[in-house]
Amino acid sequence: MNVSKELLPAGPSGEAPQETFILNLGPQHPATHGVLRIRTTMDGEWITRAEPIIGYIHRMHEKMGENRTWAKFLPNTGRIDYLSAMHYTHAFVGAVERAAKIEVPPRAEYVRVITSELNRIASHLVWWGALLLDLGGFTPILYSFEDRELILDLLEGLCGARLTFCYYRFGGLCNDVDAEFIDGTRALVKHMRPRLEMYRALVTGNIILRKRLEGIGPITAEMCRKYGATGPVIRGAGVAYDVRTVEPYSVYPQFDFKIPTYPEADSMARYHVRMDEMEQSLRIIEQALDQLPDGPVMGKVPRVLKLPVGDTTYAVEAARGRFMVRIVSDGKDTPYRLKLRTPCFSNLSLFEEASKGMMLPDALAMLGSLDLVIPDIDR
Amino acid sequence: MSAILDFLLGLAWPWTRLLLFLVGICAFVGLNAAYLVLAERKGAARFQRRPGPNEAGYAGWMQPFADGLKLLSKQVLIPPGTDALLYCVAPLMVMAPPLMCLAVVPFGESLVARNLDYGLLFVFSFGSINVMALMLGGWASRNKFSVISSARVVSQNVAYEIPMLLVVITLLMVAGTLDLNEVIRQQTGGFWQWNILRGIWDFRAGHIGANFLMPVTFIIFYTCMLAETNRAPFDMAEAESELVAGAFTEYGGMGFGVFFMAEYANIVLGCSLATILFLGGWQSPFPPVSFLAYFSGPLWGPIWFLAKMYCLVFSVIWVRWTFPRTQFYNLLNLSWKILIPISLFTLLLTGALMKLPLVWRHLF
Amino acid sequence: MKPTLEQLTAQFTALNGPAPVALVPTQPAASAVPAAAATASAPVAAAPKPPVQTTDFAIKGYVFDATVAPAQVVAAAAIMERAGFGLDAVTGVDWIAQNEMEVVYDFFHPEVNFRAVYRTRVSRTTPEIPTISPVFAGANWHERETHEFFGIRFLGHPDLTPLLLPEDATFHPLRKDYQP
Repeated sequence: MNVSKELLPAGPSGEAPQETFILNLGPQHPATHGVLRIRTTMDGEWITRAEPIIGYIHRMHEKMGENRTWAKFLPNTGRIDYLSAMHYTHAFVGAVERAAKIEVPPRAEYVRVITSELNRIASHLVWWGALLLDLGGFTPILYSFEDRELILDLLEGLCGARLTFCYYRFGGLCNDVDAEFIDGTRALVKHMRPRLEMYRALVTGNIILRKRLEGIGPITAEMCRKYGATGPVIRGAGVAYDVRTVEPYSVYPQFDFKIPTYPEADSMARYHVRMDEMEQSLRIIEQALDQLPDGPVMGKVPRVLKLPVGDTTYAVEAARGRFMVRIVSDGKDTPYRLKLRTPCFSNLSLFEEASKGMMLPDALAMLGSLDLVIPDIDR
Repeated sequence: MSAILDFLLGLAWPWTRLLLFLVGICAFVGLNAAYLVLAERKGAARFQRRPGPNEAGYAGWMQPFADGLKLLSKQVLIPPGTDALLYCVAPLMVMAPPLMCLAVVPFGESLVARNLDYGLLFVFSFGSINVMALMLGGWASRNKFSVISSARVVSQNVAYEIPMLLVVITLLMVAGTLDLNEVIRQQTGGFWQWNILRGIWDFRAGHIGANFLMPVTFIIFYTCMLAETNRAPFDMAEAESELVAGAFTEYGGMGFGVFFMAEYANIVLGCSLATILFLGGWQSPFPPVSFLAYFSGPLWGPIWFLAKMYCLVFSVIWVRWTFPRTQFYNLLNLSWKILIPISLFTLLLTGALMKLPLVWRHLF
Repeated sequence: MKPTLEQLTAQFTALNGPAPVALVPTQPAASAVPAAAATASAPVAAAPKPPVQTTDFAIKGYVFDATVAPAQVVAAAAIMERAGFGLDAVTGVDWIAQNEMEVVYDFFHPEVNFRAVYRTRVSRTTPEIPTISPVFAGANWHERETHEFFGIRFLGHPDLTPLLLPEDATFHPLRKDYQP
């Protein structure tokens, strides 16, 4: 359904008639889910150029990191991508543990996996509702938030927070899981399976949804690679790239789970990837609960943490893709340099190329299928 | 003396009657708009497993008045750079047509403000003004989102006017009259005599009906009605996730409120038409035999009419909260590539089936 | 395409030229120029390290670490592109003590566990380096970000206006001498 229309020269007035106009989507627009601004050059309803303008919620977490000790930066990580705080904390504590060679007890790693996967499901549920909201379907978000609430209740019981979790510590966890959490998680897994089935029956097969997503917004594997797009975007392009399997971390190699990939590379493929991922997360949680070892949840950590000189990276599979922390230490108790490589930044950077020649509603549907969290882009 | 009084009364009565109906229709539309918003919000709440508005008054029954007061108390603001005249006229123009059209809608056999011989024509000619009002409102707002929305509204309404009129012509061929009350009178004698079923098999005449695709025709009419009233899943004019609020982006206060009311007035009108044309209007679904005849009196007429109409209104609400929005070109494709060919086919089929007995008699 | 460590090492060694590179950290003098660019130095004057090396994933989080001359970053990016890597990030580190800026290019491989890094150093006084955005389109934003945070100019970059900072920002907050 694409038309190739030449971008008309927007020369000085008096030259060729300017038949395109500029439309600012955002920073306050219902479809951008936050303060993202997209400056689109439109030819009627066709986009000739869509330039994302970001930075409206830039907080300079990287500079903040340089000004405080390793431990004091820990709460910041949950505020970068507020929907997958567990993964981000995991990446940061992972990087510090890797650099400082801190041993993490196995129980802590298992609990990390469980909570991370719970967080992933919660995040995908938000995405699912928000995408349908973008497409004009109001009802699903209330269903998905109902389920998300159960997950948030479980995680709240662990660490007190409902959104910006700060549950992991260098060397382990801030506190152990109790029987209530384990029983609750088992009950949740049992509850979620039929719910996911219901979602499929309610929404996935809907003809309008399929017409709006199938074949729309192609993002090829080559494009993902060039732009560094990861997560469900690259898996929706048929590449089974998942940090959990390709660059295994934590105890993920212990579990049997599939990486869903769809070769269609359209918005529907990304939709299916996320829907399947929730099921796989449930599988991981189930296995982790079965294998959960006993023991402490906190390893030996020096009182004043000073990392050896050098740089270390740690990447995790966050809900939106590959999140990498690169820390450079000069031997002091604060980072010398802290680089946060966030998935949404890379995922959005391809939007300009991918949206060329699309219609506005299709481009917004594609934007929804990228699952952007704006603070994650702006850091 | 009394003769003069009678004469004067006779002179005044049609005007009084008209005035009463005018007040009645305004009240009907106003209350409908107010309480359909509440019904929609309550209905949406049921679909979404939440309580909905339940604070103002008993179970939220005063919510429409709270909303209305809030809208009325807002400053009427004409954004700088807009075409002030058109900007102000557009809400009036969008509200007027459904009010006009309801004047010829028979709520009961005699409960009609003005029983026009050309009622159906009247409804459709005034109904088409709606699109112009939305276009003007969007255009006058001087907002890019509004202008895009205006362009969409025009192409959408043009596209859906055609299959809708084709469907209506099909019905006209069956009914043979433009008088809405007459159309309803033809559908007397139980629900199988309603046009939607009578088309399949004419029980009274005992042979095949005028058009056995009548249920399909009804679905086309219903779809077009959704599209004409800019309701989800065809709410391209508003499309809040794409065009913020579409043509109404720059409207606030009661200006927006009137657009909102007009949407519901249009739904009521569309569902009334569907009821009249397909579901027998004020006719009782029971045949007038023995005790069942009791249900088809003049008192029961409006009740049946409103019951059928509100069932349709409920289905409109149901559809809105169930489906996502269509894509614009899919919307147009649906009309030009599916609905128009089918409705043309049903039109030809009806013509053929109606002439079949004549041809039969002529040949044999 | 699944590259091996040996292939990549060979290609990067070839890139750096046959002559062994000077393994002496540059003096923290103001006159340091990027001409002698093949210099590699570990952070904060630690023991010098070879320009192309294999690292332990369990310690570093990446397995390949190369240091190239600033003029070679595009050629290095082309090697990565041919080997099927995906762009992870481009970022900078301000080594104010040595009066140098380090530019770090991170890559991930979509199919195998092959995290690769290459880095280069430019003078702090004239931080200029060619852009790799023609090779990796995604580098566009990463380089814009590095430019605004560190003031490193990417020559040939289509648009170096600040991305995350206000569009009229002239300061570079991640420089160590930045005073808000």
